[in-house]
This record gives sequence, C-alpha cells and structure tokens, in this order.
Amino acid sequence: MQELIHSLTVAPFMEMGQYPDFLIQVVWEGFVAGILYALIALGFVLIYKASGVFNFAQGIMVVFSALVLIGLHEAGMPAWIALIATIGVMGILAMGIERFVLRKLVNQHDAILLMATIGLTLVLKGAGQLFFGGETKSMISDELGFSSGAYDWEVFDGLVIFQHIDIAAAVIAVLMVIALSLFFSKTRIGRALRAVADDHQAALSVGISLNQIWAIVWFASGIVALVTGIMWGARSDVSFALEIIALKALAVLILGGFTSIAGAIVGGLLVGIGEKLFEVYWGPIFGGGVEAWFAYVLALIFLLFRPQGLFGERIIERV
Amino acid sequence: MFYREAGQYKTSYAADQALLPLAQDRYGIAIVLFTAFVLIPFFGTSFFLVSIMIPFLIYSLAAVGLNILTGYAGQLSLGTGAFMGVGAYACYKLTTYFPDVNIIVHILLSGVFSALVGVVFGLPSLRIKGLYLAITTLAAQFFLEWCFLRIRWLYNYNDSGAIEVPNRDWFGITVTGAEASPVARYFLILTVVAVMTLIAANVLRGRIGRGWMMIRDMDIAAELMGIRPLRAKLSAFAFSSYYCGVAGALMVFCWLGSAEVESFDINHSFLILFMVIIGGMGSLTGCFLGAAFIHVLPVVMRAVPSMLGWDILASTVEHITQIVIGLLIIFFLIVEPHGFARLWQVAKEKLRTWPFPYAT
Amino acid sequence: MTVTPDVDNKAVLLSLENVTLSFGGVKAISDISFNILEGEIRAIIGPNGAGKTSMLNVINGFYHPQKGTITWRGKRRRRMKPYRAAASGIARTFQNVALFKGMTTLDNIMAGRSLKMKRGLFWQMLHVGPAREEEIANRRHVEEIIDFLEIAHIRKQPVGRLPYGLQKRVELGRAMAMQPELLLLDEPMAGMNLEEKEDMSRFILDLNSEFGTTIALIEHDMGVVMDLADRVVVLDYGQKIADGTPAEVQSSQEVIDAYLGVGH
Repeated sequence: MQELIHSLTVAPFMEMGQYPDFLIQVVWEGFVAGILYALIALGFVLIYKASGVFNFAQGIMVVFSALVLIGLHEAGMPAWIALIATIGVMGILAMGIERFVLRKLVNQHDAILLMATIGLTLVLKGAGQLFFGGETKSMISDELGFSSGAYDWEVFDGLVIFQHIDIAAAVIAVLMVIALSLFFSKTRIGRALRAVADDHQAALSVGISLNQIWAIVWFASGIVALVTGIMWGARSDVSFALEIIALKALAVLILGGFTSIAGAIVGGLLVGIGEKLFEVYWGPIFGGGVEAWFAYVLALIFLLFRPQGLFGERIIERV
Repeated sequence: MFYREAGQYKTSYAADQALLPLAQDRYGIAIVLFTAFVLIPFFGTSFFLVSIMIPFLIYSLAAVGLNILTGYAGQLSLGTGAFMGVGAYACYKLTTYFPDVNIIVHILLSGVFSALVGVVFGLPSLRIKGLYLAITTLAAQFFLEWCFLRIRWLYNYNDSGAIEVPNRDWFGITVTGAEASPVARYFLILTVVAVMTLIAANVLRGRIGRGWMMIRDMDIAAELMGIRPLRAKLSAFAFSSYYCGVAGALMVFCWLGSAEVESFDINHSFLILFMVIIGGMGSLTGCFLGAAFIHVLPVVMRAVPSMLGWDILASTVEHITQIVIGLLIIFFLIVEPHGFARLWQVAKEKLRTWPFPYAT
Repeated sequence: MTVTPDVDNKAVLLSLENVTLSFGGVKAISDISFNILEGEIRAIIGPNGAGKTSMLNVINGFYHPQKGTITWRGKRRRRMKPYRAAASGIARTFQNVALFKGMTTLDNIMAGRSLKMKRGLFWQMLHVGPAREEEIANRRHVEEIIDFLEIAHIRKQPVGRLPYGLQKRVELGRAMAMQPELLLLDEPMAGMNLEEKEDMSRFILDLNSEFGTTIALIEHDMGVVMDLADRVVVLDYGQKIADGTPAEVQSSQEVIDAYLGVGH
C-alpha cells in the first residue's frame, strides 16, 4: 500500500527531476498535441459562438479536408493548387450545410441541431470513405514545403528533439489565432458575427444576414479544420481514427468554455500536456493506455467544481 | 373510419388509463405478438432469425434503455455501448463463477451491475446539464473501454482478450453458446424483450416515469413540485443502464457468441442513439421502429446490388449506407424532429378521419 | 368599501423578517419584513424590477437570502431546498408559464400530485394493486380540479399547443393539485384579455373561499389587486414602501410617487 502511494505521489516527480531533458521532451510533445486539440476546439468555438450550434462534425471535417487535399493531389494537381481547391471545397461544403441543413433548422432546440451535426458526421464519413477509400494515408507535407528534419537542443546533459513540423504547427496555430482575433475585432463581418453571437434577434433587426454569417463561420472553421488536418496528418497520418481523438476537443471545450477562443487554446494545452505527463509518469502504474480517458475524466472532475468552465461566468438560474 | 374511438365508452378511470385504451391498438399488439411468437419462429429461416430478428430485438432493448434516459428523462448519453459492455462482462464473470445457476438469472442480474456503474457516472448530472453531461458519459465510455481492455480478470486472462460464451441450458434446451439453435435463442430474447418493454411502459406511465418527464421538460418547476432532482436523475440512469446492461449480455450470449472491447465501442453508442433519434425520443414504439430501420436498412442495402446483378464492392455499399443514414437523420430532424413515432401518430390521426380528411 | 381584515383572529402562516438578498453586490431585496396570514389573499405589487419575483423565489426556497429570518407556521425555517418547501405545503405558478411542455394537461396536473404518491418501484413496474389504486385515487382528485377550472375539453391535449390563457389555467390547476397551504401566483393574469382575467379572478376567489387556501400573488393590474386582495405589500427597488389594506396602500403618497415617478 505504502509502495503504491509512493509510486503515485513521489516516484514520478523524482523521475522528472532526474531526467529534466526527458521531461522537457514530454512537455513539448504534449504541447504540440495540445495545439492540435486546441485547433479542433477552435473550430467548435467559432461555430458555437456565431450560431449556438454544437458542431459534432468538426472532427470529421478535419479528416475530410485532409482526405480531399491528398485525393486532389493524387489525382494530379500540384500541391498548392490542390490546397486552394480544397479551400474551395470547404467553402462549398459550408454553403451547402447552411443552405440545406441550418436554414431548415432555424429556431430548433440545441439538442436537435447537435443531432443534425451527428448526421452530418455520418454523411462526411461515408463520403470520405466512398471517394478516397477507408485506408490510412500519409499527408503530402513535403510537397507543401514542410521540412521533415529536426532541431536538436542539448540541455541538462541530454538531448531534446524538436521536429520542424511541430515547430511549424505551433507557429501556424499562433498565426491563425491572431488572424482570427483580428478578423473578429477589425472587420465589418467580424463585428456582425459578434453581434449575432450576443443576440440573434437583435442582429437580425439591424439588418445582419444570419444565413451569410453562418456560411462564413462554417467556412472559417472548415479552414481551421484543413489546417488541423494538414498538421495532424504531417505528424502521424490521415485516418478515420482521428475522429475519435477529435472528441477530446469536447473535453477541451469544457475546460475552456464554449465561447472563448483563449479558453480553447488554454484548455487544449492543459489537456495535451496533462495527458502526456500522466501517460508517461503515471500511466505504467495503471497498465498504460490512460491517454484514452484522461481528458474526459479531467473535464469531469473539473465540471464538478466549476460547471461554467475556466473563463465562463457564474451561472445564476432564474425563474 | 377504421381507427376511431367512437362507441368505445370508458366507464372508469382504470379503463381510461389502460396502456392501450383503444380496441384497435389492442388488436394491433395482439397481431404483432402473434407474429413474433408464432409465425416468425415457425416460418422464419435461420438466416432471418439470426441476422435480422435477434439483432433487431437486442438493439430495440438497448434503444428502450437509452430512450428512458434521453427521451424520457432528458439526460443525453453517449455511453450506451460501454453500459452494454458492463452487462456483458458481468454476465460472463457471473457464469464463470456460478456455472450451475440458470443463465437467465445471470443475464437479468448482469443488468444490476451496469445499473450501479450507470449511477456512478450519473452522479455529476445533478450539477451538469445538457451537452456538458454528454462529456460525463463520454468519460464513462472511454474509461470503461479501457477497463475492458486492461483489466484482464474481466476476460479470465485470455490471450485473445475476448470473452467466449459457454453453452448453457435452460430446461434442457441450450440457449447460449455455439450449440444453441436460433429458435431457442430467439425465444429467449423475445420473451425478455417483451416482458421488459411492458415493465418499462408501466413505470413510464406511473409516478416514477412522470417524475422523469417533469425533470426533462422543466427541471426547476419539477423541483418546486417536490421532485428531488438527484433521486429522479439517478433512478433514470440506473433504470436505463439496467436495460442497456441486459441488452449487452443478450448481445454477447445469444447473438455474437464472443466479444471483445470493440463490440462496445463508441460507434455502438452512436448506433443506439441514431435508433432513438430516428425512432422518436420519448416513445417506446419508436425504439422498435428505429432499431428496425437502422439495423434492417444496411441488410437490405447489402442485398439490393446482388439482386439487381450489379457488381459493387461490399465496402462501397457500406459507405453509401452510412451516407444514407446520415442524410435520413438530417431529413428527419428537419421534417419531423420526433421521428417515426410521430409519423405513426399522424398516420393514425389520418386513419381516424378517413375518408373525410377535414373532419375532426 | 374595503373591510379591514381582523388581523388578530388569524394565525400567521409565514413571516419574513429583515430579509436581504443580493447577487454579487446587486441588492434584489433589502431588509424587507412582512407576513402572510392564514386564509388571506395577499398581494405583492411594485414596478418592474422591484424584487417581487425574487421575493417568491425566497419564499419557496429557490433563492437563499443572505440575511433575515423566515418563519413558517411558527417555526423558524433554515436554508432549504425547493422540494422541501414544496413538501411543507408551498406551491407556485410562474411568470412565464413553466408547464411540462411534452406532457398532456392531465399529466401536468397529475404531476402536481407527485408528493401525494408513494408507491415504490416494484408496484410501479407491475402497475397493479396498490400502484394502480393510488394512480386512480389521484386521478379522481385531478378530475375534480379539471372540473373546477373548466378545462375538461383539453384533458388529453399536449399543453405546448394550448393558447396562453389556457396554459395559465393549467398551471394553476397543477399548483392546486399539490393541495398547498400557501399558493404563490406570479402574475397569474399577465397577457390576458378582460374575459380571461375575470375567469381567473373567479377561480382565485373560489379557491380561497372554498378550499381555504392562502394565496400570495404578484399582479400588475391594479383593479384586480384592489378587488381581490385582503392586504397589499408594495415594493420598490427592493425595499418595502407600503403595507396594508388596498385602500391604505392606494392613498399612500410614497406608492403614488413610485408608480408615477414623481419625487425621484
């Protein structure tokens, strides 16, 4: 018993202190995974903020966009043309979703909209497999100009390896968050979008077109999905297993709140780093594989103490 | 004119509160039961029993379980697959330790274990509502999946990591395992499903079921009418998980014959959820309609190309099926968010006034 | 001519003393004291945002005041959950109708009987014997309420599809089904036309005189309040500015100021 307590509370920290270079490596790996979780969560937040729709299909949109990109390249398009064409496809998809799904479900209950996006998930999954095959594919990262090398950092008598692609992922994620923030605060459409988020009725009454806004946010999160798909695909590969991993973004949203971009980033990093540390230092005690549920259990425990999320406001119920 | 209450006078509240107050409904159910208990086992081929009827009934039971929680008590769950798994593994361990006890007893007991697990994961529902609760059930799903894989005791330290169902008898007839005949398995499942559905209908129309629906429709008002939210929600979790657990045990013992962690993964949770959505939230009839549709549609779609002589890959058909189901879900949500059950109701109302469509 | 009720002859059902309720610095109710006597109709009036609904929320345990004491039937009440308040005999209706939308009129009113029904899971599963007897006995009571409120024709209709006035009536029926000692009505006549208001007034008066139910109601229609209420308490900005018979309240300068906006 004492031994168990020791291995749970003391041993992991001793190990961290003993090999700090390894600790840095683990944290970095967690950081990069966290960025990808954060990006998926970001896609959720964009749509939720503007339309109140909880978009379950965000994960599959990541896979779908990556598959389209690879598929177009395989069909003979040069990588950059394929990328632009994929953006076009995501735009058409966004307009289609707005026109044929959202517009028909205006004013429906949240749960019904959620279920509609679950239906959408099935459609995209089926379509992705039908057109591009169900097998695992590798991302065309070389063709897109990502170098596959690594940067070595000698520190604490050890070596920490930073893959170039991971660094690129971090930089691109930061750029994207900055771009989105500017978009929200500086452009006319961005301001309209925030108005819609605050109050649908009021936004309509001052002449903002909801349909247009919805198409735009779905397109924006389609682009976020594409970037996520490229980054994720470059790190591992593109497969439908990603859809299950993308569910972790739900846990991220619980931590960060459903409407906060900053929350999505912080939540994503918390989950990413937390689960890597837990897996590496505590996982062996439980027999490994704890990454599969760590994010959800963390979110669950968190919810019990702070149901409104990290950045949310205290909920006052009214009757 | 065929479906009318005219002339059927009720002289007591008891008659008015009967499960099927209309004579036509009673005849309908009698015909369905007669078909299920007599015609199908007598005329059905073993392919029909094993590939269509048995999975259909098991899925229906699981859908009843999820519908109690989501459709009647308003608590969204994405962990149905895992709760089914708890039932299956519990039944496996029970029959390992007590091989001489009747398998029916084990199957019915195994639900108790998943009810307990359901209550544990339902505890947060007091503080967490709606979509947030979905995260709790996702946590249950992935944590339990991990348990099914990592706790080797659950599958008796097999190298395969799978549970193999032993042959078990009931009054001298083998009902589980490889030697069981389809008809025997079918009868066992049909009986369990019929009895449990009747019990669910009874609970739902009484005090307890009303409490669940009150929480679903307006939780604050329910509390001000004296409903204790925690008790109502946890009882819904327990009751629902019991049904899912029994469905899981039946699935492994009377249908699949063996199972591993993949048999209870999140895709199963979604599958059952689709059945409930398409069938109709808050309707027991809907559970059966939804299960029939979601299970039978792929079977039919698989059969169609070969019947027409088309040469299409099986995987292609599967993908098309997936797209069709997805589109149908969206279509249903747009046209009729209350699913088949409401369509059925509308059809009955039409029948009531037929052939005078404007009469009320 | 209003007759001043004989305060001394009636027992105090509920009394609030120096109750203060605030939400993060914003005071919804500050230092309010008043009581409700058994068998009376008590009105709470005041301009929008005066803290009337918060007052009801405090009485039925939905909000917990930071300061002050609440005495129910001579016993000091501690912090309690709404379902406990319901069990102790307090029922209410809501400003924005809070019916169970997915259920029929009958089921909604049956829902009000929840506390009167006790049979456990076993009998519920079988739905025979005691569970059935209990169900039918309560159904009988509910049917009496349905008769009383003249809503027999919508018995089996889902409440979501009913017109607003009828929904309000069903909600009153649901609260009546609890057989409460104190019934709180939050704007029972809001949004009704004259005829509907007259019906509702009739129900409230009958309920009070036939069943002896004590009623506390919030209402904006002054005519209705003056006709129905035995005593009136007036709130403004979370403070009590008048308390007494309708006639007394009506002639109070402070009340006139609060309503006409003079003197601020």
